[in-house]
Amino acid sequence: MPEAAPLLELRALDAFYGDFQALFGVSMAVRAGQVVAVIGANGAGKSTLLRTIAGLIAAPRRDAVLFDGEPIGGLAAHGTVGRGIALVPEGRRLFPSLSVEENLLIGGRTRRPGPWSLDAVYGFFPALAARRRAPATSLSGGQQQMAAIGRALMSNPRLLLCDEVSLGLAPVVVRDIYARLPALAAQGTAMVIVEQDVSQALAAADRVFCLREGRVVLEDAARALTREAVASAYFGV
Amino acid sequence: MEWINAIIQGVLLGGLYGLFAAGLSLIFGVMRLVNIAHGDLIVLAAYLALVVTQALGIGPLPSLLLVVPLMAGIGYGLQRLLLNRALGDDLLPPLLVTFGLSVIIQNGLLEVFSADSQRLQAGAIEVAALPLGGGLAVGVLPLLQFGVAVAAIAGLQLLSWRTPLGRAFRATADDPEVARLMGLDNRHVFALAMALSLAVVALAGVFLAVRTNFDPAIGPARLIFGFEAVIIGGLGSLWGTLAGGVLLGVAQSIGAQVDPGWQILAGHLLFLLVLAVRPEGLFPRLRG
Repeated sequence: MPEAAPLLELRALDAFYGDFQALFGVSMAVRAGQVVAVIGANGAGKSTLLRTIAGLIAAPRRDAVLFDGEPIGGLAAHGTVGRGIALVPEGRRLFPSLSVEENLLIGGRTRRPGPWSLDAVYGFFPALAARRRAPATSLSGGQQQMAAIGRALMSNPRLLLCDEVSLGLAPVVVRDIYARLPALAAQGTAMVIVEQDVSQALAAADRVFCLREGRVVLEDAARALTREAVASAYFGV
Repeated sequence: MEWINAIIQGVLLGGLYGLFAAGLSLIFGVMRLVNIAHGDLIVLAAYLALVVTQALGIGPLPSLLLVVPLMAGIGYGLQRLLLNRALGDDLLPPLLVTFGLSVIIQNGLLEVFSADSQRLQAGAIEVAALPLGGGLAVGVLPLLQFGVAVAAIAGLQLLSWRTPLGRAFRATADDPEVARLMGLDNRHVFALAMALSLAVVALAGVFLAVRTNFDPAIGPARLIFGFEAVIIGGLGSLWGTLAGGVLLGVAQSIGAQVDPGWQILAGHLLFLLVLAVRPEGLFPRLRG
């Protein structure tokens, strides 16, 4: 039986900050329900990769990013969310002048049909329900991360991009958040997770890509990767 | 009794200053844009009302039905076609662009309407007054102007805190990049904010034109009154802006009571005093 077409396909994707090239010919395929982890050292281009997929950085070629078979490279961020791509940005970046519920509601401003609603998010992250009227910045770090993920889910994405979910959080909180991700994948939501915590990324992902200096230096099934192979790709030794 | 009258007149004048300031405060809050052309846009609205009243033979107050949407449309177009291109991390380009816009509006009005003073005639309502007892009376028109100012600021406040559009304004002001990830097109959101700002400017322009003579050169002084009201009230607070306008109006009115030549000076002195003693303004956190 032929394999399903990828939901997201990157074809030799380059990305630039002005004259500085941050990504060099990155190719990747992500299928519905698949969890892909992108690992790499600081400055490897992981966040740039997510920002380019989400439309915050313009891809130089339209056909360098295909979503559901359609070229979307260069589509602005406010356009990609309507296609079903949502980004949970590094550092949570909740809107400080909005309450928790308002943050969720604005996440659902460009909604596709799907299972996620305010009630569904509160069911998924019960800790948020009790703080729904509180200013978003009054939440603990873990609750803020839940609110940031909930805000992204409110658009009913088909592809969820998570940038450094574990950053600045206690290990127990990180485990709690990662424990909920398989339920999203089970609903068919594909995920690309950028993570510095390699063991967490390997445990959560089906497939792993390692970036070094803007290039893919390792790609394999998560369970097939050895510690030595990851260390070698990560540090280039 | 004269002093009480001066304070009442100052409060009512302050409503107009609150209107001058509300639009400034709104767009600075949403997009960190200091609009140097704000005063000239108020004068432009006054001239627009002049054209509408003369062309259609209607009074200044009914002309608001046309002038407000027209100014809102001008605001949307101005932001989409010009000001969005100047916005960025640096505050200087929009400052220079709006300064240039101010010069263009002043000279354009001068070219079309000449430097002659104009005034809108509102008819019997201009001289109508409500007696308050004790020899005091309050004019119906200033009272209406103050009521409109309160209603406009209450409306802006409700819109900011109770509607999806207000939520979009606040989110875009907080973090424009993440707002884009929520499907908000910043260029459109900023243009809507400017449209709203110029709708309030239209109210201010028409009431200004009924209250006093106007010519193409009076815009910069209205801008200064607007700035002073914003600073006195506290940046980012709409009710504070109205309070700032009222305090400025009362200071000017009391100054004029002491000596007619001191009217404007008294307002500037209050502004300098607030800036020196409480630079964040008197009501910086007054919200909701």
